[in-house]
Amino acid sequence: MPHREIDQLAARIPDGASLALPPDNSLSPGALARALVRRGARGLRLIGVPVSGYATDLLIGAGCVASVMTSAVTLGEAGTAPRFTAAVKAGTIEVIDATCPAIHTALQAAEKGAPFMPLRGVLGSDLVAHRPDWKVIQNPFADGSDPILLVPALQPDFAAFHAVCADSQGNIYVGRRRELATIAHAAKCSLVTVERMVPGNLLEDELMAPGCINGVYIDSVAVAERGTWPVGLLDEYPLDAAHFREYATLARTDAGFATYLERFVHIDARVAA
Amino acid sequence: MIAPQERLIAAIARLILDPTAPPARHIAVGAASPIPAAACWLVKKLGHPVRLSLLHRPSGNPFTEGTRELFDLAGQGRIDLFFLGGAQIDGAANLNMIGTGAWPGTTARFPGSFGSAFMYMMTPRTILFREEHTPRVLVDKVDCISAPGTSEQGVFRRGTAQALVTGRCVFHFDGTRFTLASLHPGETAESVRAATGFEYAAPAEIPATPDPTEAELALLRGPVCDEMLETYPEFCQRVWQRSSFEGQAA
Repeated sequence: MPHREIDQLAARIPDGASLALPPDNSLSPGALARALVRRGARGLRLIGVPVSGYATDLLIGAGCVASVMTSAVTLGEAGTAPRFTAAVKAGTIEVIDATCPAIHTALQAAEKGAPFMPLRGVLGSDLVAHRPDWKVIQNPFADGSDPILLVPALQPDFAAFHAVCADSQGNIYVGRRRELATIAHAAKCSLVTVERMVPGNLLEDELMAPGCINGVYIDSVAVAERGTWPVGLLDEYPLDAAHFREYATLARTDAGFATYLERFVHIDARVAA
Repeated sequence: MIAPQERLIAAIARLILDPTAPPARHIAVGAASPIPAAACWLVKKLGHPVRLSLLHRPSGNPFTEGTRELFDLAGQGRIDLFFLGGAQIDGAANLNMIGTGAWPGTTARFPGSFGSAFMYMMTPRTILFREEHTPRVLVDKVDCISAPGTSEQGVFRRGTAQALVTGRCVFHFDGTRFTLASLHPGETAESVRAATGFEYAAPAEIPATPDPTEAELALLRGPVCDEMLETYPEFCQRVWQRSSFEGQAA
């Protein structure tokens, strides 16, 4: 039963939950996204931190998603995200457009327990008019005119990402991808897949500790080998460019996307059953 | 035989080194941008002291806090130059990366604004790059603004576009409007005018975009390609027919 552990992890995320996901270059949890498709998740409110890729496009295509708050959805060198684009055109998902630093800033406010945080730039972008939750104020510390954007704290119900390993204390190792700490700190509940469990305590190791996220922020860990696939994992394995191209081609049509789900998402589960 | 991409790379490298522009000591390169990335590497391999932070470099990535760190650096003014594109770019250097038709892009939806709304205003200079040069990309007025080319007085902003490089030409931007600066081979003042949806200034005599020098070509095909292989394998294969370090003449 190759999927059992990860399917149990996916079952922790209820329909309608907000779920923050990292982009394809920062340990996106591909295996968990496929498990969410298998469990038939519905109404998810995805948050791209700060942009979205394969996992988001897959979840949208499988009908799991009500809304996406993100700064972009892209498959990188493989091109535009076809299921996202089709869903926007069909009006089947709500898109809450942002710009990358606004998403980081909103999460940073949440990790500090502050209600909002200011951010430079952005004024003059049409994003501001389409984000009624953002406000522009006069900088109270400035002598002259200095309008500045405020973004409210963003506390996702769940954060999900992949890590290299976890120890028995629940500490996880993400290497230089320390921006993941921001999502883990901000989210109410962080679910993490790992390549493997390791003995001991990662935080006792001076070299490993700076690349770790303390287990206090991690609610649940499941082992999923090659858990970012088709995305790469640090120096362990590279992005599978051929699979990205195959996905991008198949996902262009409804029939092709159904074939993709059959071949790469549902098949192992059926073998297991 | 000079590949069109090699000419674009050399043209961007010249803009980076423009002595009249604010200094570029630290340059960052964002998402899928092989031509701007190669231009930065060319500047570095020519011996200019510049620090490059390539966001998408898989190994030896310069950031230990991902894009969060990139934007914090830019917010402080520690990034001197950045590159942006746009599904639509208009004559006031406004960028649209969102879509056309009703918000958020029901006629055509583009990927989204990325960090443009922030980087364009926080970086002292931006080089705009878009290979497709057609009236549907270079429009009179963008359908919606991801990042504004100019700002009202009193709005904090460090800079704007220095130039726009396309597959047909180079435009300079003076903070108000574009001026046609050079034409790539095969283009004329008329062909560029016909392919451009916005108004721009043009001198009576428009120079040709210079070819890369022999020395620049040698750098591009050797050490620059070496640096690019891991991040942009498809680009290196397409332009330089190289998929690995092997087979490269010493």
